[in-house]
Amino acid sequence: MAESALKSPESSGETTGHEWDGIRELNNPLPRWWLYTLYATIVWSFAYWVVYPAWPLLTSYTTGLFGYSQREVVLEEVARVREARAARGQAQLASASFEDIRSDPNLLNLALATGKAAFGDNCAGCHGVSATGRTGYPSLQDDEWLWGGTLPEIERTIRFGARTSHPESRAGDMMAFGRDGILKRDEIRSVANYVLSLSGKAYDPKLDLARGGEIFAQNCAACHGDTGRGKQEVGAPDLTDAIWLYGSSPEQVIATITNGRKGVMPAWEGRLDDATIRSLALYVHGLGGGR
Amino acid sequence: MALAEHAQRTGSRPAGSVTVLEGRRKVMRLASARPAPTEGQLYAAREKIHPASVRGTFRTVKWAILSVALAVYYGLPFLRWERGAEQPSQAVLLDLDKGRFYFFFIELWPQDVTYVMGLLILAALVLFAMNAVAGRVWCGYLCPQTVWTDLFMAVERFAEGDRRERQKLDAAPWTADKIWRRTLKHALWILIAWWTGGAWVLYFADAPTLVVQLAAFEAPTAAYAAIGILTATTYVLAGHMREQVCTYMCPWPRIQGALTDRHSLAITYRYDRGEPRGSAKKAAALRAAGRPAGDCVDCFQCVAACPAGIDIRDGLQMECIQCGLCADACNTVMRKLGRPEGLIAYDTDANCQARAAGAPAVYKPVRVRTLLYAAMISAVGGIMLYNLATRDLTGLSAIHDRNPLFVTLADGSIRNGYTLRVLNKRPIERAFTLGLDSPLPLRAEVVGGSGNTLRVPADSTQEFRVLVFAPPRAKLDRSTELTFVITDPTTGDRAAADDHFKAP
Repeated sequence: MAESALKSPESSGETTGHEWDGIRELNNPLPRWWLYTLYATIVWSFAYWVVYPAWPLLTSYTTGLFGYSQREVVLEEVARVREARAARGQAQLASASFEDIRSDPNLLNLALATGKAAFGDNCAGCHGVSATGRTGYPSLQDDEWLWGGTLPEIERTIRFGARTSHPESRAGDMMAFGRDGILKRDEIRSVANYVLSLSGKAYDPKLDLARGGEIFAQNCAACHGDTGRGKQEVGAPDLTDAIWLYGSSPEQVIATITNGRKGVMPAWEGRLDDATIRSLALYVHGLGGGR
Repeated sequence: MALAEHAQRTGSRPAGSVTVLEGRRKVMRLASARPAPTEGQLYAAREKIHPASVRGTFRTVKWAILSVALAVYYGLPFLRWERGAEQPSQAVLLDLDKGRFYFFFIELWPQDVTYVMGLLILAALVLFAMNAVAGRVWCGYLCPQTVWTDLFMAVERFAEGDRRERQKLDAAPWTADKIWRRTLKHALWILIAWWTGGAWVLYFADAPTLVVQLAAFEAPTAAYAAIGILTATTYVLAGHMREQVCTYMCPWPRIQGALTDRHSLAITYRYDRGEPRGSAKKAAALRAAGRPAGDCVDCFQCVAACPAGIDIRDGLQMECIQCGLCADACNTVMRKLGRPEGLIAYDTDANCQARAAGAPAVYKPVRVRTLLYAAMISAVGGIMLYNLATRDLTGLSAIHDRNPLFVTLADGSIRNGYTLRVLNKRPIERAFTLGLDSPLPLRAEVVGGSGNTLRVPADSTQEFRVLVFAPPRAKLDRSTELTFVITDPTTGDRAAADDHFKAP
């Protein structure tokens, strides 16, 4: 192709001088400022290397003139959030009355958020992430409370635990009536049948209910009450309701009476600070069943 | 190769109309203002363009649009619009902190971002439609780059004089006069650029308050940074870069080529009438001899007036923003010569060919393409208007507790927990009444609330935890449909959210 063939009204026909297999490139020059923009970005990248962390070394990296570190920034932010939280009333959570906290939406929200986080860290292991409990570990979602469902009662249970070595601990055992030889096997079957009848559950009509009632009155009523409604002072559960910590099948009830139950709730005083314990109480109370 | 390149540059037609190009080639090309590559250089310095001032229809239209556009841009933030106590009184406000966009009587929340999408679709369609009818209307009259460049050129003319004076001043040595004129020009440019950046930030906060804050150096850093950046970009783009932005930075010239067809009007040199060009004297002599003579007297007024530095007589070119200033310049000359106006006018290349061949020119603003655009604009606009007119000022969403799905209570009743979020888009606090719609005898209880009243502050959302109870021994399926309904007794506003009630 002759040089003149590249000429047209739109092109001078000048080529860049580059040629590949006879194909030549027309020279349509870019504006020069475009080139300068490229140079500027190169200069910028050098400046960036100097100012900011850039190059990995064997054991560390070039830190740059400003000593900028994203980790430091995060740590600073975390510290700032902690301070802000403290300013928002972390201290008040430890000292203010429950009524005051509940009547202040901001303080209550702070308590609930603190309580939720602390619950996940400390309580969820036994009570479940959603506080639904499982066999032997009570659900905190429902409105049945072994040791009382008011805020001060819940706080006390969290603080000192149940059946711990703490002097203020909740105390009261379900005795092992069978293992310790207090009741005979058929007596246990009778009383278990009676207990099932208390909450309207299906029971075995072949067994004598009256006899079960007598055994209950002699052995169980001291803690569970004459009508079986339980006694929160000793952690004796209500046997007339729909909630069964250790199961409601005849076998499970018989097992409970035979071997006794001694569920332990650890004391959290000393491990969690006051504000956290009280926040936990507010959180648990607010799950839906608080009294 | 050259043809293909030409087609690419003129943007409109691929190789289909070779005859046109060949027909044109004979008549084209005396001189081009486009910078020719310096020998062997892969990069060319920008050649400074000194457009001459013109008078005429297009210039008047451009001044009018410029005045209105700039008045709106600089003044709009100060326009007030009463919305009630505690509510912003600025007619147009983008409150990024609170996530609210106010436009006169419209208030948009972040979740209303679909309207922005609709507006963008609408804007694109309008742009396409304009292009199909009359080419780069946007570029020539409406684009901020054009408007601000025009303003900056006016300032330049004020400080340094018209084309001829400016060219002389460029070549002149640095005298006190030159220093003074240059200083004045740049000072005015920077002042306008600064004002442009300043007006921009006023759309994002209460304008009168922010003005005072800015003056007292108490405004947020972001405001000063935005002003600084926009001052710099305005000064550089409108003062120094000008046509380089349109030619090299903007994608639109490339796209518009695909949106133009043979019936799209564009600022066109009617070569059928203009050629053969020559001096007025020569043309008169030719006409006296009964031989054909074109109306173009080759005076180069069109080239001098062009802000893109091209020669419109070379045909449709990518650099051309179709501002019509060459037409104004040409009309002035034609009037002086006593020839009819419109040697350069809105027309099409196809019509030039037709007339040259003795056929009548065809104008078809109404064709399938433009009708389709109009239909699409009406459809999208209609949908948006309908949506806006019927949108709710009350909203409710419900989320069922994921775990536990239900809780059995001591008396055997079943409890489900929900999180309700109530939206109150009215500028007043409202108390909604919560109701349940379900085949079951359910009872709702708002945690920490009073009865079944949900109090939501003005123009905000509020979350509520709601517990729903089924009575003991009720016959329950594993899942039963349940609808939460909130009503505002004062306005009658109502919102509902569907959910389920779960049981063992």
